[in-house]
Amino acid sequence: MKKQISDLLKIIGIFLFGKFKKFTMRFKKSKTMKDIMLVYYSEAKSARLTRKKVAWITSGGPVEPLIAMDVIPVYPENHGAMIGASKMGTGLCETAENMGYSSDLCSYARADIACATVNGGPIGGLPKPDMLVCCNNICGTVLKWYEVQARYFNVPLFVLDTPFCHTGYSEETARYVRSQINEYISFIERACGRKFDYERVKKVGHLSLQGQQLWQKVLDTAAHKPAPLSAFDAFYHLALIVTLRGTPEVIDYYTALVAKMKDRIARGISAVPNEKYRLLWDNLPIWHRTRWLYDKFASHDACLVADTYTSAWCGTMKYIDENNFIDSMAEAYTRIYLNIGVDEMAKMVIAMIDKYDVDGFVLHSNRSCKPYSFGQMDIQRIVEKERGIPCLMIEADMVDERTFSESQISTRIDAFMEIIKERKKHSSSISMAKE
Amino acid sequence: MITAGIDIGSITAKAAIVDGGKIIATKIIFTGYNAELAGQKVYDEVLIEAGLGKTAIDKIVSTGYGRNAVGFADKSFTEIMAHAAGAYFLNPLIHSIIDIGGQDSKAILLDDKGKVKNFVMNDKCAAGTGRFLEVMARALEVNLDDFGTMSQKSASPSKISSLCTVFAESEVISLIARGEKRQDIIAGIHESIAARVSSMLARIGVQKPAMITGGVARNSGVVLALSKKLDMEMEVSPYAQVNGAIGAAILAAAL
Repeated sequence: MKKQISDLLKIIGIFLFGKFKKFTMRFKKSKTMKDIMLVYYSEAKSARLTRKKVAWITSGGPVEPLIAMDVIPVYPENHGAMIGASKMGTGLCETAENMGYSSDLCSYARADIACATVNGGPIGGLPKPDMLVCCNNICGTVLKWYEVQARYFNVPLFVLDTPFCHTGYSEETARYVRSQINEYISFIERACGRKFDYERVKKVGHLSLQGQQLWQKVLDTAAHKPAPLSAFDAFYHLALIVTLRGTPEVIDYYTALVAKMKDRIARGISAVPNEKYRLLWDNLPIWHRTRWLYDKFASHDACLVADTYTSAWCGTMKYIDENNFIDSMAEAYTRIYLNIGVDEMAKMVIAMIDKYDVDGFVLHSNRSCKPYSFGQMDIQRIVEKERGIPCLMIEADMVDERTFSESQISTRIDAFMEIIKERKKHSSSISMAKE
Repeated sequence: MITAGIDIGSITAKAAIVDGGKIIATKIIFTGYNAELAGQKVYDEVLIEAGLGKTAIDKIVSTGYGRNAVGFADKSFTEIMAHAAGAYFLNPLIHSIIDIGGQDSKAILLDDKGKVKNFVMNDKCAAGTGRFLEVMARALEVNLDDFGTMSQKSASPSKISSLCTVFAESEVISLIARGEKRQDIIAGIHESIAARVSSMLARIGVQKPAMITGGVARNSGVVLALSKKLDMEMEVSPYAQVNGAIGAAILAAAL
């Protein structure tokens, strides 16, 4: 009884804090990421008080129908990133391993499964879910991970199965995924105890697409030389398009961010003070080492101007039909970067190499993320063949710090940069001779 | 122009003094726990060996894992650049280098001018490195310097399948318990290193002629196993272990 009362008081505290923060935010000229995330997490954590439902959902899952029904979506993967960035990953991974989970399992999954039992991590754990929504477009691990959590919290689980698209999008796949969207809507209706709001989802879909377009615009600014933002900045600003996709907050924030980046371009401010070399990053960030990596590359006057990861949240806009959001989202969610063949991925990588005009390609071979890391060797070979730029593979993990070997990675980066500098020196002396 | 190269590795520290196209002196000592001190010491000793004073040296370049601990160096380069420069100096025809050091191994591809085209390093694992051989020598109670000659007496090398040094050690211990001959086990160890290292070279595309550098090049058994595995001659320079230091001295001359 005592515990229940203290829990309730805690929730009331979080609720009041969120309300206060939201109120003070009105008077601020520009809202910071920290403020928005604080309000978001306090609203989610006090959902019991406001009688709202909470759904845990995978990062690549169709969130718009949930938002249209006032369900608060919560992302264990975003939480995993926060755990990694605050260097709390190793402890939680060890807790999961003590529970019997293999150290070869994804570190997001390990951190989340462990966190649920100890309410640890930087925000004292996620709010308890009322339902779970799992879309396997990003990986197969999420299936078992969400099953574990469904058992632990004893809540219903919806699985959206998106077949792998080696090339194209077959009619059978289209029918199969589309039919599951109907099941998904019935699932939400049952969980919420009311009819689905088809009118509202159109508005949410519109906001979602607009948010993705703005996010693309933010990333596009890095095509400018020197780049006003780096991939490390993108890793930070990404949080909103992941967690609040389909809400007006995203539109306001990214509109302001695009303006800020354009202003930086106009004033000649770059992400790396003396940008001489431009690089492309592949795979998830090494969350516990972003600062170290930024400094390491910056010490060579190199800027990671773009990455395949953050652009995944605006990579399938072309499949979305604004006037028919529910139907078209099936295709958009199925054809994401991690659910297509290696040749298709390589095409996208090469397009980014050309668009951002990069001198080298850095691939993070991520021990956790198998679908992302599996085809990297082939992609590297294709890039070397098609564009002839130096490529570097770094072995690490997004959250588990134990897999990071600083002196080895430091030597590899130094050697990689020595090659790039040598080549650039050579090519600039050739172009000078031509002039 | 007289230049010096200092290569601080995980096990040994090497120094070389080069005058134009000639190697004047080289020195190898154990790195120990203090890389900075090792750099100072190996430099002092190579100067004595060369019969030169500090003022005679025009430029110094450091390389290896402890490259940033050598405060008196004019510049530092990674060992990838240093080994490339050293190999090109020793034989300008070389296109592939396999460097097996104490804590890592790498494969380097060179263009016609001796510039690094591509490289690949072992992942975070000691298998296929000098440290792996040290661990095995201890388990087998054999002096590491005898590994080369002993393995060549083997008619049927044992099969070592573990990819990890720790597991491979227990595998070796179980082979000893089963009564397998030492020379066969050693030959098996060499084959397992060759398999691991050659797959690195295969990843970036091996090109002839190839040279093996680093301390492990002194082990004729590993060199033989690699030649067999890659089906090509591996050139071994008498300067293999100090190749990185020589390369650093060459790079210093170009500063």
